[in-house]
Amino acid sequence: MKTDIILAGVGGQGILSIAAVIGEAALEDGLYMKQSEVHGMSQRGGDVQSHLRISDRPVASDLIPSGSADIIISLEPMEALRYLPYLKKDGWIVASSRPFENIPNYPDREKVMAEYNKLPHTVMLDVEQIAKDLGALRSGNVILLGAASPYLPIDFFKLENGIRSIFGRKGGDVVEMNLKALRAGAGGKV
Amino acid sequence: MNKQLFLGDEAIAQAAIDAGLSGVYSYPGTPSTEITEYIQNAVKKEHIPFLHAVWCSNEKTALETALGMSYAGKRTLSCMKHVGLNVAADAFMNIAMSGINGGMIIVTADDPSMHSSQNEQDNRVYGNFAMIPVFEPSNQQEAYDMVYEGYDLSEKLGYPVLLRITTRMAHSRAGIVTRDRKPQNPVRLEKETKSKYILLPANARNRFKRLLEAQSAFLEASERSKYNCLSISPSPPEGGLLGIVACGLAFNYLQENFPNGFENPVLKISQYPLPKKQLLQLAEACDEILVLEDGFPVVEEQLKGYLGIGLKVHGRLDGTLQRDGELTPDKVRKALGMEVISPYSVPEIVAARPPALCAGCGHRDVYDALNEALKEYGDAKVFSDIGCYTLGALPPWQAIDSCIDMGASITMARGAADAGIFPSVAVIGDSTFTHSGMTGLLDCVNSNANVLIIISDNETTGMTGGQDSAATGRIHAICKGIGVHPDHLHAIVPLKKNHGEIKALIQKEIEYQGVSVIVPCRECIQTHARKVRQKS
Ligand SMILES: Cc1ncc(C[n+]2csc(CCOP(=O)(O)OP(=O)(O)O)c2C)c(N)n1
Ligand code: SF4
Repeated sequence: MKTDIILAGVGGQGILSIAAVIGEAALEDGLYMKQSEVHGMSQRGGDVQSHLRISDRPVASDLIPSGSADIIISLEPMEALRYLPYLKKDGWIVASSRPFENIPNYPDREKVMAEYNKLPHTVMLDVEQIAKDLGALRSGNVILLGAASPYLPIDFFKLENGIRSIFGRKGGDVVEMNLKALRAGAGGKV
Repeated sequence: MNKQLFLGDEAIAQAAIDAGLSGVYSYPGTPSTEITEYIQNAVKKEHIPFLHAVWCSNEKTALETALGMSYAGKRTLSCMKHVGLNVAADAFMNIAMSGINGGMIIVTADDPSMHSSQNEQDNRVYGNFAMIPVFEPSNQQEAYDMVYEGYDLSEKLGYPVLLRITTRMAHSRAGIVTRDRKPQNPVRLEKETKSKYILLPANARNRFKRLLEAQSAFLEASERSKYNCLSISPSPPEGGLLGIVACGLAFNYLQENFPNGFENPVLKISQYPLPKKQLLQLAEACDEILVLEDGFPVVEEQLKGYLGIGLKVHGRLDGTLQRDGELTPDKVRKALGMEVISPYSVPEIVAARPPALCAGCGHRDVYDALNEALKEYGDAKVFSDIGCYTLGALPPWQAIDSCIDMGASITMARGAADAGIFPSVAVIGDSTFTHSGMTGLLDCVNSNANVLIIISDNETTGMTGGQDSAATGRIHAICKGIGVHPDHLHAIVPLKKNHGEIKALIQKEIEYQGVSVIVPCRECIQTHARKVRQKS
C-alpha cells in the first residue's frame, strides 16, 4: 500500500496543518511517511505546495514522481490544476471551489470549471460557506481534509486523533471546533 | 522504538541537543532557520541550562562565536543558508587551519532550484576548498545520526565537520528515532593552544602541514563510514556495465525508480572526502559511471579529472542530467533512459502567483512615497537589498534596480553615485543593515558620497519568519555613531497618512549633496501579530 498526496493552496490558507494532521495519523498507524514542503518566499500570498507520501514500506523519495499522485487536495481551485502533471490517470482532486484572487490575471471561473470537467474524478466543495455555517471560520482546511478522508489510507478516527494531537496545545475549544469541521467535511456521515 | 515526526532541520537540531550541545550561533536564512529556532524553543520549554541558542549579526560573527565556544572545549553548532557561508568564508577557511577543540558542526543549507535564494551554489565545494570532512545525509534519520555521531568524529579528528543539506532535506518531515541525551562537555582547554590558534605565518605553516596530514584520516573515516555503501550484485547484468554514484538525496531518487532493487553496481555517498577504495572497486566493476548529485557536478568533476582520460563518466557536465536546478526522481529516471509519463499537463489558464508584501506592510508605504518622489527625477536608480522589501521589484511598484547580496545596496549606491548617477538611492532593511550594511555606510560617510539611504526598519527579520533583529531600537543611534550628520538623519513612521511628508523628505534629502539617511520605522505586522498571540 502506498498513497501519494499533493497538498496545494495559497500561503496562509493552512495546507501545512492538514499535512501535519495526516502525518501524525499515519505515524500513529505505524505507517512510513515523508512530507516535503516549500516555505520561504511562498509565505506571502504565493502558491504553497506539499508532497505527502504514506506507505507500509519505507518511502524512498521525498518528492512524488510525475504521474503518480493518488490525490491532489487543494484549498484553491486553480492551485490544484498547477500540479496536474503529478496526478495518476485515475487519481482524484478534492478542492475548494472558492477562488483566491490576489493576482490581476486570475482566469475566468468558467474556464477553471471547464478544466475540472475534463477530469474523471473531482470533488469540489465550497469550504468557506461550510465553515461559515459551522461558525468555524478558521477551519476551512480541516473541512477540506474531511472531504478528502474517504480517499486516504487512514481510518477516520485516526485523523481525529491527529487533530487532537496537532491542535491540542491550542486548547480544547480549538480541538472540538476542528473535529466538528472534519466531520462536516466528510459529509456528516462518519 | 518510538518515532517522532521531524523536519530535516528539526532532526539536526534535536541531534545536536542530544549530543550535548552548548551553543548554537547562527544567522537566519531559508532553509536553515528552523534548526536554530527549534533549539531556542527547546531551551525555553525544557529549561536546558547552559545551552546558548542565539541569532548573531551575521554568519561570520556567528561562526567565530562558535569557534570561541569550541576553544573552551564545548560542543557547538553554526547554521546558515548556502550564501551565508560566503559571508563566513574567511572564518570557515581559517578554522580549517587552526582546527577545533570542542566538537563543531557547521550546517550549510543549499537551495538548488533557488526556491528562495539568489543563487544555487553547492557548498560541498567549500568543504573541498577547506579540506574538511563533509556529511550529506540522504534522509532525516541519517541527518540525526550524522549530527549525533558527528560531534565525536569532529573531536576525534580535531577539525570541524560541514553538514551539507538542501531545501528538500531541510523542509521534509519523516519519522525519526532519537537517542539518549549526553551531558555537555565541561570547560576543558587544550594543553597547547597558542601555536594552534595564533595563525602567524610560522604557526600557520605548521597548521597547514597538519591539515594536509589529516587528509588521510578524513579519507579513512569516509571509507569506513556506514553512510557510504557500495553494492555490487554477485551476478551483474551482461554487457557494457553502467555503475551509479548517488550522493545524498539522489540515492532516494534512484531507489524510487527501482522499488524492487537495482541490479547495477551502486555507490551511495553521504560522507566526503570521496571514499577512494569504494570508488576504485566501482570503477573496476563498470565500463561507465553515471553520477547523480544535487547541486553542482562536484563529484563528477573529480571523477572525470581534468583531461577526461579513462572511464566514461556521465552526469550534469555532459547533459545526461540537467546542469541547473534541483534533482528530482523524474530527472533521475530520464537519465537512466526511462520514460516519464504524466497523463495530464498544466492547463494554459493557470497563472503564476508570485508572493507579495502583506497588506498593511510598512515597506508598501515606503515604496509608494519613493516612487512618487522619484517621478520628478527621470534617471534615478534605486539599489536595493535582500529581504521582504525586495518584493518592491514586482508590480505595482517596480521600484528597485538591484538586489545582489546582503549589504550591496549601500555600497552599490555609493559606487554609482561616484560614477555620476543621480539620484542614487539605497533601500535596505534593518537586519540587512546590521548584517553588512553598516560598514558600507561608514565608507559613504568617509567619502561624503552623494547618496540617499533608506533603512526600512520593521524591527524584525521579516523575510525569514520574524526573528529578532540585531539592533532593534538602535538603528538611528548607529547611523549617528557612524557619522551621518544629524541634520540629514531622519526618523519617520511609514503610514498612509504620512505619505506627503515622506515624499517631501525624500526629495529634500535627494537635493542634499552628501550622505542622507531616512529611517522609516514601523513593526512588521506579522511579527506584531505573533507577539500579540504569544502574550494572550
Ligand atoms: C548572506 C545571507 N544570509 C541570509 C540570507 C537570508 N535572508 C534574506 S533577507 C534576510 C533578512 C531580511 O531582514 P530585513 O533586512 O530586516 O528585511 P525584512 O525582511 O524584515 O523586510 C535574510 C536573513 C541571505 N539572503 N543572505
Ligand atoms: S512579513 Fe512583515 S515585513 Fe514581510 S511583507 Fe509581511 S508585513 Fe512586510
